[in-house]
Amino acid sequence: MKTKVRDVGAVRILDCEGKITIGSGDVELRQQIEDAVNAGHTNILLNLKAVTHIDSSGIGELVGCYTTIARKGGKMKLLNLTPKINDILHVTQLITVFDVFDNEAEAIGSFKS
Amino acid sequence: MLVELCNSARIGEETTYWAGMALREALANAIKHGNKLNPEKSVFVRLCIQPEDELHIEVEDEGEGFDPGAIADPTSPDNLMRSSGRGVFYMRQFMDEVKFAAGGRGGTRIELKKRLGPRRTT
Repeated sequence: MKTKVRDVGAVRILDCEGKITIGSGDVELRQQIEDAVNAGHTNILLNLKAVTHIDSSGIGELVGCYTTIARKGGKMKLLNLTPKINDILHVTQLITVFDVFDNEAEAIGSFKS
Repeated sequence: MLVELCNSARIGEETTYWAGMALREALANAIKHGNKLNPEKSVFVRLCIQPEDELHIEVEDEGEGFDPGAIADPTSPDNLMRSSGRGVFYMRQFMDEVKFAAGGRGGTRIELKKRLGPRRTT
């Protein structure tokens, strides 16, 4: 997985690309989240537009990151789910856990409320 | 290899994608939970398309066996926020049939089946 990091106001945006899968993207995602939290960012927006695969380890990592950030008093939200990632979040019922957006400005604005 | 098999049989992209996801989970399960990451142990994979128009995938490890009944439902409220335990659930969601059997080498053989719909024309 490749990740591009952007900060828009108080929100750190991670533009993820490729696979979030066992042994590769899952570790990368965890590291990026740890780096963000250690740098004081607690509002995280994961842009999954270019993510092609998320396996069960990747989904587990999303849940772990969500919990880590919540413990710090922050929030992690998801942006631009592909139809396949959307299907995965529905079957795992994690769609009920994550705030999901398909518009970046709207997603960024939601952190203020 | 799975993608090549599916392409040669003109199986649709959606079916190929989800079967690939299930195979990925079965392999991860065999290496991590079956063989316990022991590099001396192997994982055996068999892929075929049966005459009854089903894709069959078998993945066998050299571990000590596995009780699928011991797996908790990852969608129950108590487990929803767990960071692991979704591999078998993934396989069951993406394939039409998932069976666990004792493998010939002492480990577990996972048998995955997916019924094939209309083939691609291009």
